[in-house]
Amino acid sequence: MTIEIPYIAAVLKAIAFPVMALNMIPVLVWIERRGSAFIQNRIGPNRANIGSFTFLGLLHPFADAMKFMFKEPFRPENAHPVFYFLAPALVVIPSLMALAVIPIADHVWVQGHEISMSVTELEYGIAYVFAVASIGVLGIAIAGWASNNKYSLLGGIRSTAQMISYELSLGLSVLGVLLIFGTLDLNELARGQGALLWGVLPKWGVFLQPVGFLLFVVACFAEANRLPFDLPEGDSELVAGYHTEYGGFKFSMFFMGEYVSMVTLASLIATLFFGGWQVPWMTTTALDAHLGELGRTLSQIAAFAVKIGFFLWLFIWVRWTLPRFRYDQLMRLGWKVVLPLALVNILVTALVLLLANGF
Amino acid sequence: MDFKERIYLWEIVKGLWITLRHLVYNLFHQRSMPTLHYPEEQRPMPARYRGRHRLTQRDDGSLKCTACMLCATACPAKCIYIEAQEGLPEGTEKRPQVYNIDMLKCVYCSLCVEACPCDAIRMDTGLMPPPADSREKFIYRIEELTKYPAIKHPNPPFLHRCGKL
Repeated sequence: MTIEIPYIAAVLKAIAFPVMALNMIPVLVWIERRGSAFIQNRIGPNRANIGSFTFLGLLHPFADAMKFMFKEPFRPENAHPVFYFLAPALVVIPSLMALAVIPIADHVWVQGHEISMSVTELEYGIAYVFAVASIGVLGIAIAGWASNNKYSLLGGIRSTAQMISYELSLGLSVLGVLLIFGTLDLNELARGQGALLWGVLPKWGVFLQPVGFLLFVVACFAEANRLPFDLPEGDSELVAGYHTEYGGFKFSMFFMGEYVSMVTLASLIATLFFGGWQVPWMTTTALDAHLGELGRTLSQIAAFAVKIGFFLWLFIWVRWTLPRFRYDQLMRLGWKVVLPLALVNILVTALVLLLANGF
Repeated sequence: MDFKERIYLWEIVKGLWITLRHLVYNLFHQRSMPTLHYPEEQRPMPARYRGRHRLTQRDDGSLKCTACMLCATACPAKCIYIEAQEGLPEGTEKRPQVYNIDMLKCVYCSLCVEACPCDAIRMDTGLMPPPADSREKFIYRIEELTKYPAIKHPNPPFLHRCGKL
């Protein structure tokens, strides 16, 4: 019996992509800690070592992981016996699932089979991402409710309100890009951004939709619960918000969920507005001709890595720059600024497209 | 707030520029950061810092302490416990058999040092008590209190002033 190459590729991709995303977490934690330290004129954690080699503090995330794993799995009194344990999984799994449709390079050909460089390729990919990502809110809300703690409950309520407000803007702010490229498939979107605009600029979403890009980034920050929108956590007001009562590995799952959704959202920003895997000014065919298929794929992966690397750094950078919004400010920004601007943006984009393409 | 500030985006860019400047500067000037790498680097203690106690010794190595209990009486925390015994050449001053200081109770007020008529107890080691993992280890006996090398501090100036030296 021979196993078809597409099946082997699907299994390999289904293993490799989540592993890649999870492996970014320690690096991100490291950059977050040392970066924030340098921003605040501190040294940052640099003590964990193996035989006096500290690797610039890179071992701290691993020491943390060990600590989380060996802690007692503790359930507070009167916490819900099922939902309390279900909530962390409901946060991690959707953020890992949302990564499934993000392409990291153009299609490759293996022995006559066309294989996409994402776990799966859906023609409604972007809708899938939003659908799956919104399950994560459930996890946070359930965590807040099941912990039987007033701070957790407040955090959970805040997160539902915040997520509903900003998910709307998140969906609406990308509609402009979707209208221009006329597809929901993320790989098609990235391919569409390979052309040139007026012969100079790459036809990236950010140049066609600057307002949409800004609104999308703002909504992404709210969606990832990162500062300036980390009200569900709100450590100065709510202790730690929805994960006040969580410790050990359950806490680390919330932690992983936050960082994986950062990776997802950064790659979404890169794919929608910065050409995804497109190497600027080089189309897939041109790269194929110059570098061969392997070289083309590697350079596209590298281009994608640089782009999402920048946006991951932006997430961290903004966190250590801006203070947290007040709750009413958050709501006002979401409903009175971001949402109307997104609607106007869609209207203008649609009108311009209508006029440009003729009635 | 004018319009440019109300729109907030330009202010965010300004803030990001400030933090980026700090980050880049500190990346390349790590030595100039004010952080002290504590256990390896320590700030010098001021000369009159009240640190861990030490029992002073005569030139022959015997304790100067005569177990007169003045320090234990003066102690507001009641952390000093002394048991006296006969002096070594029969008929001379008595000496302590047990001299325990409970470092968990001690408040580092140095009233014991002021009370001592023999300059037998001093707090001039300049050391902080190290951590320990049981309460018993915080009770310092004569062995712990005498094991420091003679500190080269000059005698405290107040001894000169009151004519004790």
